[in-house]
Amino acid sequence: MHGRPRKASKPEDEAASAAKAVKLRSLQSQFMTYHHEKIYTKEAIELSTKLLEINPEAYTAWNYRKLAVEDSLSRIGPDPNLVKPILDEELRVVENALKQNFKSYGAWHHRKWVLSKGHSSTGNELKLLDKFQKLDSRNFHAWNYRRFVVELTNRSEQDELQYTDDMINNNFSNYSAWHNRSVLLSSLLANRADGFMPEKRIPDEFEIVHQAIFTDPDDQSGWFYHLWLLDQTVNVESPLLTSSWPSHGSSVILSGAGCLNGPPSNVTTFCSETGSFPLILYFDQAVGGVSPLTVTIDSELKGNENLVWEPISNKSSQVSCVWVARLKYFSSQPCGSKDHKVKVRLGNSPGIVSSRGYNFSAPYEFVFTVHVQDTAEDSHSQESIVSWTDGFELWDAQSKDLNSLFTLDQLNNGIDLKWRQAAIDSEIECFRLLADSKIGKLTLARLLMASEAMTLDAAVKGVYYEEILQLYNDLMALDSSHHQYYKNEHSVAFLHKVTSSSESLSRHLFRYRDMNNLVCLRLNKLSLSRIASVEKLLFVQMLDLSHNELHSTEGLEAMQLLSCLNLSHNRIRSFSALDSLRHVKQLKVLDVSHNHIGKHSVDTTRYLCSSPLSNSDWSQDGVRGQNPGLVTKYWDAYFVLRDLNLKQLDIAGNEIADDEFSSFVLQVVPKLVWLNGQKPGN
Amino acid sequence: MSSASSSQMGQLVADKHVRYILMAEKKKESLESVVMDHLRMNGAYWGLTTLDLLDKLGTVSEDEVVSWIMTCQHESGGFAGNTGHDPHILYTLSAVQILALFDKINILDVGKVSSYVAGLQNEDGSFSGDMWGEIDTRFSYIAICCLSILKCLDKINVEKAVEYIVSCKNLDGGFGCTPGAESHAGQIFCCVGALAITGSLHHVDKDLLGWWLCERQTKTGGLNGRPEKLPDVCYSWWVLSSLIMIDRVHWIDKAKLAKFILDCQDLDNGGISDRPEDAVDIFHTYFGVAGLSLLEYPGVKAIDPAYALPVDVINRIAFTK
Repeated sequence: MHGRPRKASKPEDEAASAAKAVKLRSLQSQFMTYHHEKIYTKEAIELSTKLLEINPEAYTAWNYRKLAVEDSLSRIGPDPNLVKPILDEELRVVENALKQNFKSYGAWHHRKWVLSKGHSSTGNELKLLDKFQKLDSRNFHAWNYRRFVVELTNRSEQDELQYTDDMINNNFSNYSAWHNRSVLLSSLLANRADGFMPEKRIPDEFEIVHQAIFTDPDDQSGWFYHLWLLDQTVNVESPLLTSSWPSHGSSVILSGAGCLNGPPSNVTTFCSETGSFPLILYFDQAVGGVSPLTVTIDSELKGNENLVWEPISNKSSQVSCVWVARLKYFSSQPCGSKDHKVKVRLGNSPGIVSSRGYNFSAPYEFVFTVHVQDTAEDSHSQESIVSWTDGFELWDAQSKDLNSLFTLDQLNNGIDLKWRQAAIDSEIECFRLLADSKIGKLTLARLLMASEAMTLDAAVKGVYYEEILQLYNDLMALDSSHHQYYKNEHSVAFLHKVTSSSESLSRHLFRYRDMNNLVCLRLNKLSLSRIASVEKLLFVQMLDLSHNELHSTEGLEAMQLLSCLNLSHNRIRSFSALDSLRHVKQLKVLDVSHNHIGKHSVDTTRYLCSSPLSNSDWSQDGVRGQNPGLVTKYWDAYFVLRDLNLKQLDIAGNEIADDEFSSFVLQVVPKLVWLNGQKPGN
Repeated sequence: MSSASSSQMGQLVADKHVRYILMAEKKKESLESVVMDHLRMNGAYWGLTTLDLLDKLGTVSEDEVVSWIMTCQHESGGFAGNTGHDPHILYTLSAVQILALFDKINILDVGKVSSYVAGLQNEDGSFSGDMWGEIDTRFSYIAICCLSILKCLDKINVEKAVEYIVSCKNLDGGFGCTPGAESHAGQIFCCVGALAITGSLHHVDKDLLGWWLCERQTKTGGLNGRPEKLPDVCYSWWVLSSLIMIDRVHWIDKAKLAKFILDCQDLDNGGISDRPEDAVDIFHTYFGVAGLSLLEYPGVKAIDPAYALPVDVINRIAFTK
């Protein structure tokens, strides 16, 4: 089926083929008779041998042979001298079959089956494997079989590591050997085996893989191994807290639903109809076990005894980078205006664990102030339309309120960075020598990003960003097939740069006067194809991402304060791409006008959206009363919009937005006040 | 769809492929057919799904196909690759998929088939292919896909099934057939597909895997299945559908891939091969057309990247209770 040249068949060939077909057909029929009548005579078994020699893929014949072996074994008893020849014959048949097709699943499995019965020397097996390595060093069946034999014989990981050494020294272009090496080495490192301390071993491995990459920069064999080494250098095993909202030292005004029409303020005002505010913890990797037992909160706010911590992730997951608890702040009696300090502590008791099994262990605490403000119930609620163009004021960069909103300072996590920084610096020096090649530029860009992430000194922070952005621009030209990959990385680096200092971030910050100076971040018209640095933007309440190249809201789920989002003039292709917004319970205003919704037949976020398709959303409430044909036709719009509490929605300028769809939207979101800038019913 | 003359390399000769498939179906006694006798059920799925994608499913006799399928079912509930052969999970899925195409799932004793599949789950969450115990993440995908179509996913331990698949995740972000096995695009499709169907894609590092997958695109525009291997049309399915499921398909050059697939057509006799100028077969014809579907090639129906069946078939099954 693979690698056979296309050629017209000549009449002689056709005749020969036809004759072979008749012969094979007759063999098959005879075999089937023996199999169905359970005949295991010498003659019958030999027929199956012939069949498998011609066609090792005939799986029923392998099954038959197993039955025949079991039949023989049951009749001769346990004497090894009698058993061995029977099993040896099976191994011979397998070897012949493999000569015909060394990728035959049936043949390899039959060998494993025979071996599991004992009586075969594993020395033979390793010799056989050496033969197959020489024929094709990438034969994954052989490598899998090797791992099977290694386990059976308890060969040490160090010995197997040496084997990968030999393979790689023989020919560095052996991805299968590099892969096996990564499996063995990660196990030895994790177990802190003798001579396998990361700070010594990782730099050694960098040296080894350089030979592969520098000998032929276009050969991919070492690329992914190098990336893994980089990950081991940059990422600490134990989870760390990256950021929180409210952040340490900040102050927040908490108010009721009517507050948006209240007196303006320079400090973040958070308004809630439910009288609770989100306390957000953002970790550097997915963790589980965040609960009142592992996170303690000291405050005078009443009613928070049975606090529930939610992971911001899809329903079947108990782990997430982002965890939220909703702290109540309105007690039953009005208490006038009052300041409360809230202290949050984590890491004192065990229980927060990463999905790889490492504990959050460094104790950490942060303190912030909340000012609870009573508001009179306002009868005409804030149903006025939100504009994205009028009513904004630039944030005063000098104002110390910026610092009261959030801190960009890296949380001091007390990890040992020295060997890591040294390794990165050494790699940067090396890869500058390869700066003309694709892998050289890409690796250098990644190394510089890693270096930035590790830099705590504010004086040198940010020096590499210009170079990183230039490298990605170079790569877009050099390797145009992967243009969008480099574009995405460019956007990520760009956003890291913007959020790397208060000064650069404040150039994009505004206050929306009409809504009590809500904090608005404008990142429009920046050719952004990807969202990043969200952990530094948790305080944002209005976000303008219009006129960019985004096709999904992946990453925005952490922005729990977001009440207004502008995604107009982007490349959103479907409502399923907005699935992450279902976690943003504060969202009231959404503009997805002038996108590509309805234009494409392929939905690339079909399975990243919770719905019956991915067996992850069965709730039938609300489906009654909807036209089932429309629910199927607009399934993703249905599931996403149903979970949002929107007051204002803009969908004009999308192919999907005809009258039928608009009226469907109004049925699914009955509380919508503004659709496409109009009150429905007008 | 107009059929192209051999000077137009950029056109899909759909009518020729339809004819190729219908003729191959009839040639039961050719050497190729006899050698592949044991996997006719897979062949039927590849051929019939291609016909449906080209909107020509009506050209075959539904009754003939369906009655032949039922002759392949065993008392255990599982289906064989052809009449007389032993049952196996591979052919059980193909049988269910073909019946889904014809909207004839209702002729099955769903309880029996689903029990056969569910019975193949092992303690550690993995799945065997049949009673002889070969374990492979391909079978995890097959079980999950099959049971989901039959709406019987609750018959297996989904959590353990997912756990086993995750244990086959490698440090390059990809997946192998068993824990520790090398990443391979075919296995990646199976694992990502299984995780997609069970709402478990959060276990995939989409950026890491996305980069590994997008680097399968070679200078020819075609995709290979692993680093430093030759491009092959079948990877246009396995790599492409994986990229789509994790929303990273924009990281490859879609136009160049489409051209590679079209260059693999036999413009005279119909059918698609693994590489340009190689011999064609049903397997690559299906993967070529399915790949073009994912690339939104005009005239080809949309295919679901996880179930490998037309979207209208899957939506019908998923959204009606």
